[in-house]
Amino acid sequence: MAFWRVPLDAQEIQVIRGMVCIIDDRCKGCGYCIEFCPKDILHFSDKFNRKGYHPPVATKPDECVNCHYCEIICPEFAIYSVEIPAETVQK
Amino acid sequence: MTTNPKKLAKQPEHPLDDLIRTERIPHIWCPGCGIGTAFSSCLSAIKATGIPYNQFTMVSGIGCSARGAGYIKLDSFHTTHGRAIPFATGIKMANPKLKVIVFSGDGDLFAIGGNHFIHAARRNMDLTVICVNNLTYGMTGGQCAATTPNKAKSTTTPLGNPDAPFNLPLLAYAAGASYVARWTILQTRDLTTAINEAIVHKGFSFIEVLSPCPVNYGRRNKEKPLDTLKLYQDRTIIKNGADPARADIDFEKGVVIGKFIHIDRSTCDDRYTELHRPCSDD
Amino acid sequence: MKPAVLTGEHYITGDIACAEGAIAAGCLFFGAYPITPATEIAEHMAERLPDIGGTFIQMEDEIAAIASILGAAWTGVKSMTATSGPGFSLMMENLGLAVCTETPCVIVNVQRTGPSTGLPTMTGQGDMMQARWGSHGDYELIALAPSSPQDCFYQTIRAFNLSEKYRVPVLVMADEIVGHMSEKVVIPEADKIHLVSRPKPTGRKDRFKLYEPGPNGVAPMPAIGDGYNIHVTGLTHDERGYPAMNVEAQEQMMDRIKGKIQNNLDDIIETESYRMEDAEIVIVSYGISVRTGLAAVDQAREMGYKAGLLRLVTVWPFPEAMIREIAGRVKGFITVEINLGQIHYEVERCAGGKAPAFLVGSAGGKIIHPDKVLECIREKFGTAGV
Repeated sequence: MAFWRVPLDAQEIQVIRGMVCIIDDRCKGCGYCIEFCPKDILHFSDKFNRKGYHPPVATKPDECVNCHYCEIICPEFAIYSVEIPAETVQK
Repeated sequence: MTTNPKKLAKQPEHPLDDLIRTERIPHIWCPGCGIGTAFSSCLSAIKATGIPYNQFTMVSGIGCSARGAGYIKLDSFHTTHGRAIPFATGIKMANPKLKVIVFSGDGDLFAIGGNHFIHAARRNMDLTVICVNNLTYGMTGGQCAATTPNKAKSTTTPLGNPDAPFNLPLLAYAAGASYVARWTILQTRDLTTAINEAIVHKGFSFIEVLSPCPVNYGRRNKEKPLDTLKLYQDRTIIKNGADPARADIDFEKGVVIGKFIHIDRSTCDDRYTELHRPCSDD
Repeated sequence: MKPAVLTGEHYITGDIACAEGAIAAGCLFFGAYPITPATEIAEHMAERLPDIGGTFIQMEDEIAAIASILGAAWTGVKSMTATSGPGFSLMMENLGLAVCTETPCVIVNVQRTGPSTGLPTMTGQGDMMQARWGSHGDYELIALAPSSPQDCFYQTIRAFNLSEKYRVPVLVMADEIVGHMSEKVVIPEADKIHLVSRPKPTGRKDRFKLYEPGPNGVAPMPAIGDGYNIHVTGLTHDERGYPAMNVEAQEQMMDRIKGKIQNNLDDIIETESYRMEDAEIVIVSYGISVRTGLAAVDQAREMGYKAGLLRLVTVWPFPEAMIREIAGRVKGFITVEINLGQIHYEVERCAGGKAPAFLVGSAGGKIIHPDKVLECIREKFGTAGV
């Protein structure tokens, strides 16, 4: 994560890391998760799901902070995020 | 089926899958429809209460939102048009230990079911009523509703709605509801908190959830789904404790959202026990 | 605190007897809206239910009243409402829901004269076809017709038993005279009253199907909170109870809804016969009109006619087979009812031309005088013995 001025305790803050999971075939392509992701890491993919919609894809998966907003705005139960335990995050 | 940016040993389930009849997903709601979000928020709120699932029941009427009852993996009832509240009243009065949630739409609860709504509020019947307000009759193709804004277009008001819509929080408050809130599907966390509070609250709780109907309302009123959400973002004013009389839906002026009312008042089942069963042991 | 079953002899109206019958049957929930001439049932239930652990609620209209008893039924209690014509009309919507969702409940209709507001304080039997066909779509239900206060007591108990056994709404089609008339009513000891409760599911919850029929065609019914995660809908549904928008599911559902009644007619249909052994002229009647019929049979016999009375205790399902059988050996039928021809047409249909069917009816407002029946006998069957 880049800061224009590095906070003094930057070394101590553990930025939570998340992983976005997408259940492609539940998606109806409304784009709400893409529009409202605060980290802007989601985009429409080129592929079609079983119903003919373009599900989202995480283009910058490493930047997910596990805020769950995609999960709670999604009307389809098609996307959610899980926390990646700090020790497994590769620096 | 599932895209994983980083591979996990086992794909975890969606956190709400234990409350959804997954075999019935995908649901019937159109792309961009907000009912799914309101429904998901309701499930999260149920989960957050920590109350055992078999103490909950969901009742709905007829309409798009009312289909929610068919997707929740709890005892659930999809009743007749407008009659969810009296059906729920029967459940609550016959077994006051149950947490009864009515999840339905504006047409169901306020046009055909309006009389039942005001009477349940008057009695302070201990129900949680969640009204997904999409300003129209979605299931039948976008006719004018009791909540359709003045001048808005619908299939039955092709030149604009001549009538004024209900101010639902004011109606609920005037009728006697003891918890009244309004959120949009965009303020999902606040909405979930509100539903959670409403479930825990003893008394008639009413939550209006503004939600887009892009196919049958938005299309006729030049609103794409994201435009509607932008309206929710830019033209709403969060004001807890606001006067419900100032809660008209007019996006030109700005729409007041938040928790309007949260008061303690004895409920129908409590008063019945107190007045009619003075000798009962419990 | 009064006991639930008021064993002993009472001098009470049919309405009160009906309420006491409900309580004796184990009814613990009553949703109501006041209407003449059924209000007394609600008033009595309001007084009695809280004492015995039940609940009375006065709803905002009859639509809400029936909706509330359906909700209550799914919590596992026996529930009832009572009304008259105008309220009965409002209940038709949720009567269909009760049939479709196979919800046991009892609806009492103390009939008055219609159409519309009609003669609110005067008797009628004009809702009999509405009872059978009033809600939209095809269905089967059970309707009973009490003809005295004592009968109100028994028929209400029987209504609950049938409703629980077959998971079907049961209608008690009383009328203003039966409802408001005071007579001796004997209430037996509680343990002498046979009660039936709905079948409950057993076995694995994850394999449970809400509408999987048991041996008699009726599916076991769990209550809310039992942990079966049931979904109940008025949409056409499959055996799981899930909406199924296809013809096959509709056919399967209708087979079950009709089958559980049609395959158990012997248990459901109850009739009473009076001087029918050698009868050639059969008076068919139900409810208060049975009394007209009884008097007419005796007077006709005195005049030399071989008359008999067939009382329909169960009006719906209609005793078709019995009427067909009788039609082959009698000179004709006379249906006595306080309307301008409803059950009469059923009798005519089942007689199938083998015997003529006549109506002694009225526009409503009062009980039919036996003389009207005798007039009909004379006119249609000639002088006695000729």
